[in-house]
Amino acid sequence: MKRFLTALLFFVALLWLWHFLVDSGRWSAMLLPDPADVGKYLISAVKDGTLLETTWVTMKRLLIGYFAGIVVGIPLGLLTARFLWAHDTIGTLALGLQTLPSVCWVPLALMWFGQTEAAMFFVVIMGTMWSVVISTDNGVRSVPPIYARAARTMGSNGWHTWLRVILPAALPFIVSGVKQGWAFAWRSLMAAEIYVTILTGFGLGHLLHYGRELHAMDQVIGVMLVIVAIGLLADKVLFAPWEAFLHRRWGTQRN
Amino acid sequence: MNHVAAELAPVPCAKLVIDHVSKWFHSGVVKTHALDDVSLTVDEAEFVCLVGPSGCGKSTLLNMIAGLEMADQGSVLMDGKKVVGSGRERMMMFQESALFPWLSVLGNVLFGLKLKPGLKDSERLEVARYYIKLVGLERYERANIHELSGGMKQRVALARSLAPNPRVLIMDEPFASLDAMTREQLYGDLQTIWAARKKTIVFVTHNVREAVCLGDRVVLFSPNPGRVREQFRIDLPRPRDINSPSLAEHATEITRALKQHREVAAE
Repeated sequence: MKRFLTALLFFVALLWLWHFLVDSGRWSAMLLPDPADVGKYLISAVKDGTLLETTWVTMKRLLIGYFAGIVVGIPLGLLTARFLWAHDTIGTLALGLQTLPSVCWVPLALMWFGQTEAAMFFVVIMGTMWSVVISTDNGVRSVPPIYARAARTMGSNGWHTWLRVILPAALPFIVSGVKQGWAFAWRSLMAAEIYVTILTGFGLGHLLHYGRELHAMDQVIGVMLVIVAIGLLADKVLFAPWEAFLHRRWGTQRN
Repeated sequence: MNHVAAELAPVPCAKLVIDHVSKWFHSGVVKTHALDDVSLTVDEAEFVCLVGPSGCGKSTLLNMIAGLEMADQGSVLMDGKKVVGSGRERMMMFQESALFPWLSVLGNVLFGLKLKPGLKDSERLEVARYYIKLVGLERYERANIHELSGGMKQRVALARSLAPNPRVLIMDEPFASLDAMTREQLYGDLQTIWAARKKTIVFVTHNVREAVCLGDRVVLFSPNPGRVREQFRIDLPRPRDINSPSLAEHATEITRALKQHREVAAE
């Protein structure tokens, strides 16, 4: 409760400071709108449906692309950890492409898929997949061999060992890779949406972009707040349960 | 007879014959002769302790009995049948705790049982609980592995290896990393459990007193290459107390022999 109050106080103070700066009149309201105006914009955008619609478009791209990236990434990571040839080929490719900021895929994606959803999925998948491959590979390599041997004496073999021993043993690594993949995917999707118009759907990035075009700073800041909120929500909904599980089972320190 | 009772019924213990086994390891250009013409018979329900310095191939021999490694020459036989792979009939309990951190105590004990066909999940649960109770951890079945002390972890490991009702139990220095107090308690518990669940046991240790306390027979190994040097039958009454003077006498005798072999090897 005390922690909650401290946090609440901090954010109220922050809003007040913002309001105070606007009130001082040193900046034009065009550049720095009052927090109340941003609030008004957010309420009207929720009421007329634009906010929910754009959020839905963006989240659909993100979630579909993200889960596709994980579904492809984990098996590839297992493959690179299991076979030397896969490590030398796919593993090296993953390592290289992971260093490429995923927004760099946008031009290529637009050329290949046009201004469509497919291009957005592609960018998100590229952002997610490589870090998932690498973390899965690292995770599997760091599994103590004694786990697999113990499992073998209990009659575990082949697929069973991979699914029931190696994969769960590598889970701490995989979760951190999946989380990093999320960060990459989210950033690259926002960049792509701000950067190009996608004909098949109008997302949050576009709303932000058009806010600038219309000189509607309340809209720009309002959308930024929504983007922050989605990031926080994703952390709470997607990752916090896994991290809590790892923390409980492994006894690792929560960060 | 229902499945649980059948599952918990004693299985006939197995007789192990290690028949002229030799093993080499290659790492790069270095070739290590791990075991040289080792022959050993372990009778049904016998508790045999293998003692010797590091590098004498004890663990290698255990791995072969477990079916995790194959002999280069000779063979390991269980009831006259050659061991060609790992199997539930021979369960191994490891040096360091090889428990799975992503599973609870119950999950760990269930792991091997889930691989055993012909049982319902509720029956597996009942069997697992029986063994958890046997090692005295019934209050901890939901606990996570990291929450347990070293001694409790090895109790879980023991329950896990007993749960599929193996005919042979292979133990690779299971108590090496525990403190003396915990170890002493586990010596007592292991003897009680062994009386309740008769198994043929092959037990590796560095600790001569431990071997004398637990074993019907102590087999002395010497290193480079690993060979069987001498065997001692221990006829002390059970349960044995690690601190009893008669046990210490046996231990002294075996330690003396161990030193002699080492000196011979050094010359």
